Amino acid sequence: MKTKKKTGDIVTLIVLILLSVVVILPVLFMVTHSFMSDHELNASYGKILTSSKNDEDDAPIEIDAHLIPQEPSLKGYWDVFLATPDYLGKFWLSLGLCAAITAGQTLLACLGGYGFAKFKYPGKNLLFALMVLLMMLPLQVTLVPNYIVLDKLGMIGSYSAIILPGICSAFGVFLLTQTFRSIPDSVLEAARLDGANQFKTLLLVVIPQAKAGIASLVILNFIDTWNMVEQPLVFLKDRLKYPLSIFLSQIKNADLSRAFVCGILAMLPVLLLFLHFKDALMTGIENSALK
Amino acid sequence: MKRRISLRTKSSLTGFLFTLPALLGTAAFFVVPFGITLSLSVRESMGSEKFVGLKNYRDVLNSAAFRLAAKNTFKFFGVALPCILILSLLIALLLFRNLKKYDIFCTFFVFPLVLPVSSVVLFFQIVFSDLGVLNGILERLGLHAADWTGEQAFWVLLILYLWKNTGYNVVLFLAALNSVPKELYEAASLDGAGWWKKLTRITLPMIAPHTRFILVISIVNLFKSFREAYILFGDHPDQSIYMIQHFMNNNFANLNYIRLSVGAALVFLVIFALVGLLLGLREDEGNAASLKMKPCTASCAARNFTKGKKQAADGLESAAAKGRGMK
Repeated sequence: MKTKKKTGDIVTLIVLILLSVVVILPVLFMVTHSFMSDHELNASYGKILTSSKNDEDDAPIEIDAHLIPQEPSLKGYWDVFLATPDYLGKFWLSLGLCAAITAGQTLLACLGGYGFAKFKYPGKNLLFALMVLLMMLPLQVTLVPNYIVLDKLGMIGSYSAIILPGICSAFGVFLLTQTFRSIPDSVLEAARLDGANQFKTLLLVVIPQAKAGIASLVILNFIDTWNMVEQPLVFLKDRLKYPLSIFLSQIKNADLSRAFVCGILAMLPVLLLFLHFKDALMTGIENSALK
Repeated sequence: MKRRISLRTKSSLTGFLFTLPALLGTAAFFVVPFGITLSLSVRESMGSEKFVGLKNYRDVLNSAAFRLAAKNTFKFFGVALPCILILSLLIALLLFRNLKKYDIFCTFFVFPLVLPVSSVVLFFQIVFSDLGVLNGILERLGLHAADWTGEQAFWVLLILYLWKNTGYNVVLFLAALNSVPKELYEAASLDGAGWWKKLTRITLPMIAPHTRFILVISIVNLFKSFREAYILFGDHPDQSIYMIQHFMNNNFANLNYIRLSVGAALVFLVIFALVGLLLGLREDEGNAASLKMKPCTASCAARNFTKGKKQAADGLESAAAKGRGMK
């Protein structure tokens, strides 16, 4: 009986390790390749990535995929981080958009979540149900209404066209309502008896108690904004204005080492956030389940 | 008495004021414009006031582009949903054997969720291109190389969807598995039930309400696969993955508002029906749960496995209580 359990454990471990390798492989691949020289990348993948622009070149037909750099080089990093400002410019632009949306959305969600979780008023449940429905709608439905409003406001083509609808998305209100509900009413009652007004109660009692939930909203929202594709594609007509998330797929891969390092640049903020707030993210995912 | 009522009204008003900014935001960007979208979808053209009834809907439903997009989207639904549910449940069950020890794997599985696809797009190009790694392996195995960026792109999209979203579902399934009371398994073990019996008689029925929600989330996430499709294959991909999102996107490019409005209304209807169906079922069962479902899952298990063992029965009692709390 015991040996049977042991074999089961070993099999489980092997399966899990194999699956993890498959899942992580793309990231590993990008990281090691960002340290390869242009020459090595061209020789290995030129046929695929630089299309058939220069057929007279002696790029081999066979591609040669390998993980360990044979000609280690930091030229890609030099190009992206120091030699040309373009990539870092995009990076800061994306970061700015994310910061604006996440900050606005969190503020709105704290207020709304408090109202929905801790008060009663006629029609509240109906309005909350509406929020949940909106949250579930795919972008393909909401982009059209958004576009109509933004067009009327004359915002199409500007960054506010991305920021404003992002701030008003229903997800944050939903998530924080779920979180605030778990704070016992007696705590709020105590604050009120101490003479705190509603804003003070929210700021000094509710928010500190819900730190984990708010952190999870911040990280989920940041990630979603950092990775956005549809909104800039539709709301920003000018390709030059695209944030990093789309810009990358538009670089024609003439300079391979640069392209790989840009990939690293794009995953850096979310990677750091993820490693730092992993637990908050997991809580956020669990809380996003309707209970 | 009077004072109490006015206090209550005051509290209602405060609550309403707190939710007001969020409500105004959603009203301005979603609800009101959605009304405009609906009204556009029954007009003759953008500027005209002429009401044409469902003519636009008929036109869109009959257009080849929309039919192709709808067909592909439903096909993707049909294949991807069972795949992701089974895969993520299996992984969750494996992880659940020893959550503490396998914590690191959970981290790995969630990671793709946060990763921008564009940052790893080069990897996927190298793997799936005609001369790429995958075809190289296939040929070495003596199999035929396939056109992964063309007619087989569907499978690439499926792999990307699973790669990206399985972790999310695993976390939700783990939470679900955690909510199943341990006493049930202990009772079953005492009675000599094997793992298959435990899985089908205890685990699956107990996590059914969660599963339904996970299904809803998976559907919501399916619509996000457009990102992957766009970044990997551009705005005019192979016919096999031309989806409803491409249809919308291309109509944005042509500024065809009428078709866009109709498309948005149709997608909304389908989502509304699907989610309503899934969550509505939940409501029904939720109402019946305290009467029907609880005795069915918990005490069926009791009858089958415990046969009057008092300790186990106590466990089931608390299990039933938890089951009720779960709704």
